[in-house]
Amino acid sequence: MYLERFLILSAILFCIGLYGVLARRNAITVLMSLEIMFNAVTLAAVAVSRHVTSFQVLASSDFSESAINSMLTGQIFALFIIVVAAAEIALGLGIVISLYRSRETVDITQANLMRR
Amino acid sequence: MFFQDIIFWSLASLAVSAALGVVLMQNIFRSALLLIVVFLAIAAQFVFLAAEFVGVVQLLIYAGAISILIIFAIMLTRDVQRGNLPNRMQLPAVLISSLLLVTFVFVFIDTDWQLIQDFPHRQEILNQAFVNTPARIAVLLMGNYALAFLSAGLLLLGSIIGALALVRERS
Repeated sequence: MYLERFLILSAILFCIGLYGVLARRNAITVLMSLEIMFNAVTLAAVAVSRHVTSFQVLASSDFSESAINSMLTGQIFALFIIVVAAAEIALGLGIVISLYRSRETVDITQANLMRR
Repeated sequence: MFFQDIIFWSLASLAVSAALGVVLMQNIFRSALLLIVVFLAIAAQFVFLAAEFVGVVQLLIYAGAISILIIFAIMLTRDVQRGNLPNRMQLPAVLISSLLLVTFVFVFIDTDWQLIQDFPHRQEILNQAFVNTPARIAVLLMGNYALAFLSAGLLLLGSIIGALALVRERS
């Protein structure tokens, strides 16, 4: 159960974030929920990289450096997810601010047309 | 092990309750503060998973930079007093997320994971992979993943230029 509990925690966080993305009106809350979803995926990647081995590592009789390094793939992916999330939040907040400038609101149900 | 369990469950319940607060709280400034709590709790979980470097990066980028950006955006848009209203998709959203959660939990429990601890004779060598992780990650980033690393730099540059172009004052 040591791996599963991390994965279930990440699934719970992902679904809370999904609910926030689907059911909230405020664009900034939607972006925050998206960040929770990114974080949940990162947690799952790191947990799997810590507890699950690849057949490649187990099959090799002598553990070469690169085979052992391949077990860190999950952490590398976590770093790239963090980079993409940072880029996404910068652009998303830019869009929210330009939406607020043209519409005086951050309600996404009213954002059917950016230009008025 | 018992001590570790206590810390895990308290951090997990903290993360889940703070995440629920983020999506359900009426005041969006408070939900931004609770988002920092979620980030901190997950950073602590990374340390448990032998990913200290990812945990520190999480602290710096999420808890440090992204939360400040979000708080700035909340301040700039001044929509706090209207609160955090739900839209008309409330019931379908709850249904979709809970169905997805049930599916995830079923899949995670049902899958036959190839766990490291199932190979006790290789335990020592396999555990070598998780000592001195920052140096190994550096070697991997500059070696196997160099292309992705450089593309990440380009992506950040593009997003900076895009964000500047979006919020530029048009005269």
